[in-house]
Amino acid sequence: MTELAHSGLAQLAQLLESRQLSAVELAESFLARIERHRDLNAFLDVRPELTLQQAREADARRSRGEGGPLLGMPIAHKDIFVTRGWASTAGSRMLKGYMSPFDATVVERLAAAGMVCLGKLNCDEFAMGSSNENSAFGNVLNPWDRAAVPGGSSGGSAAAVAARLAPVATATDTGGSIREPAAFTGVTGVKPTYGRPSRWGMIAFASSLDTAGLLAASAQDCALVFNSMLGFDPRDSTSVQRPDEDFARSLDVDLRGLRIGVPAQFFTQGLQPDVEAAVRAALEQYRQLGASLVDIELPNAPLGIPVYYVVAPAEASSNLSRFDGVRYGHRARQYDDLIDMIKKSRAEGFGPEPKRRILVGTYVLSHGYYDAYYLKASKVRRLIADDFHRAFQRCDVVAGPVTSSVAFNFGEKAADPVSMYLADLFTVPGSLAGVPGLSMPCGFGNRGRPVGLQLIGNYFDEARLLGVAHRYQLATDWHRRVPAGF
Amino acid sequence: MSLTLADVHRIAHLARIEITDEQATAAAAQLNDIFAMIEQIARVDTTGVAPMTHPLDGAQRLRQDAVEAPPDRDELLRNAPAQEDGLFLVPRVIE
Repeated sequence: MTELAHSGLAQLAQLLESRQLSAVELAESFLARIERHRDLNAFLDVRPELTLQQAREADARRSRGEGGPLLGMPIAHKDIFVTRGWASTAGSRMLKGYMSPFDATVVERLAAAGMVCLGKLNCDEFAMGSSNENSAFGNVLNPWDRAAVPGGSSGGSAAAVAARLAPVATATDTGGSIREPAAFTGVTGVKPTYGRPSRWGMIAFASSLDTAGLLAASAQDCALVFNSMLGFDPRDSTSVQRPDEDFARSLDVDLRGLRIGVPAQFFTQGLQPDVEAAVRAALEQYRQLGASLVDIELPNAPLGIPVYYVVAPAEASSNLSRFDGVRYGHRARQYDDLIDMIKKSRAEGFGPEPKRRILVGTYVLSHGYYDAYYLKASKVRRLIADDFHRAFQRCDVVAGPVTSSVAFNFGEKAADPVSMYLADLFTVPGSLAGVPGLSMPCGFGNRGRPVGLQLIGNYFDEARLLGVAHRYQLATDWHRRVPAGF
Repeated sequence: MSLTLADVHRIAHLARIEITDEQATAAAAQLNDIFAMIEQIARVDTTGVAPMTHPLDGAQRLRQDAVEAPPDRDELLRNAPAQEDGLFLVPRVIE
């Protein structure tokens, strides 16, 4: 069964289509792998009976003559997406055991396409973190090296795909939460343009940044799933109205004539030599495949982290105010009055990182400080976005490292929030601008840990971005490497 | 700028999070580190730059103010820590 788990979506789709394989058999093989590798702590909620019920429905749909490339295909969802049937906790004690009365739009759309849910994936609490050490339900281990963090916040999604416990997983990216764990675990992670995926039913962190995306073994696999996942949702007020498109249409893009922008600002600031070597080798590979490299400047990109740590906590402090111990979520046992109940419930329900960000956000929005922080940060945010607008006049995609180092060890940065925040130095600028970005494996660095190459595209240019990644993956096999024992 | 213990207590109260003196002391140190990092933006010249609050600068889309199929009330109430007769229960607010 190992071969099945190591197959791409297109191969699995063909096996399902030709009925050499049933959705139930496929689901069973992944459920067995999930069970065997429970020590990774990638999954928070697995309910085989529900998974197999969905698989039986997919098989029934096929026998009724229905088809489609995702019918019967397994997927696992980050625990930021609410789901019927499986608990939805956002990795927080606050929502332990929460059972959503509805499915997130992303979950609903993928289920409608016939995808079978394998369960819910661990993540940093409320998607706040870069190492998965902020989950209330324990660390996710990196399948490449159990001393290494899997990255965050989508650490469970990344570890599950790296260990081939799921062929594809949903994830969310607010400042790098798809791309950074993808880099740390050697898988492909794609964050679409802000507004393309629906945010409805995604437990909110920072509403002007939160973007749903995917982790899978290849860009091609992501393209296939995006076709069913992305699209306008009237229930999300910032959802973008655009005609449906085929995200796999540019997989055969010609790299000759493609201009790849290489930002000077991504090759300074403590970029480790092992990461730089792998990224430079990937750029050289692109050049050999016919692309040209263009030196570009993103002069305000280094301001991404300070801007992000005003904007994201400001929005988080507002979004997380809904957790008051009244309608859902944790309620303290002992309290004096209503305010005391709310304060104690929030003190007990939230872990240290959400609390820290709520405090930062509350302060920057408070009377007398709004102009100096939130308003100022919003202006610098535009300067960062304008850098991208200018860059895309000179190049078609931007390329560089995802992170300045390979995956760090557990405990290495946990005591120093600012050093942890800097893990997202190269991913945050694209998030603030709202442009699509991806990470794909391009080699190995220190201690045999994977290195990711980041590609950033212009607004709504996902199809080309995926095509550019796919051409690299046709010419290399980094994305096919699987950690030993999986 | 440096946040004092009293500042942290005031912010925590605004955020409705109970915090002990010991926690506030630790939080003050970390928040001061974070704000020291954030201070970089103060030096940026943003004269004439319009704030960007949303990536696509789009106007908020409005919808008809019409009733849509609401989720099941019992299902919504099922997650409440305390409920009775279709109502959420909270400590007495008005004596």
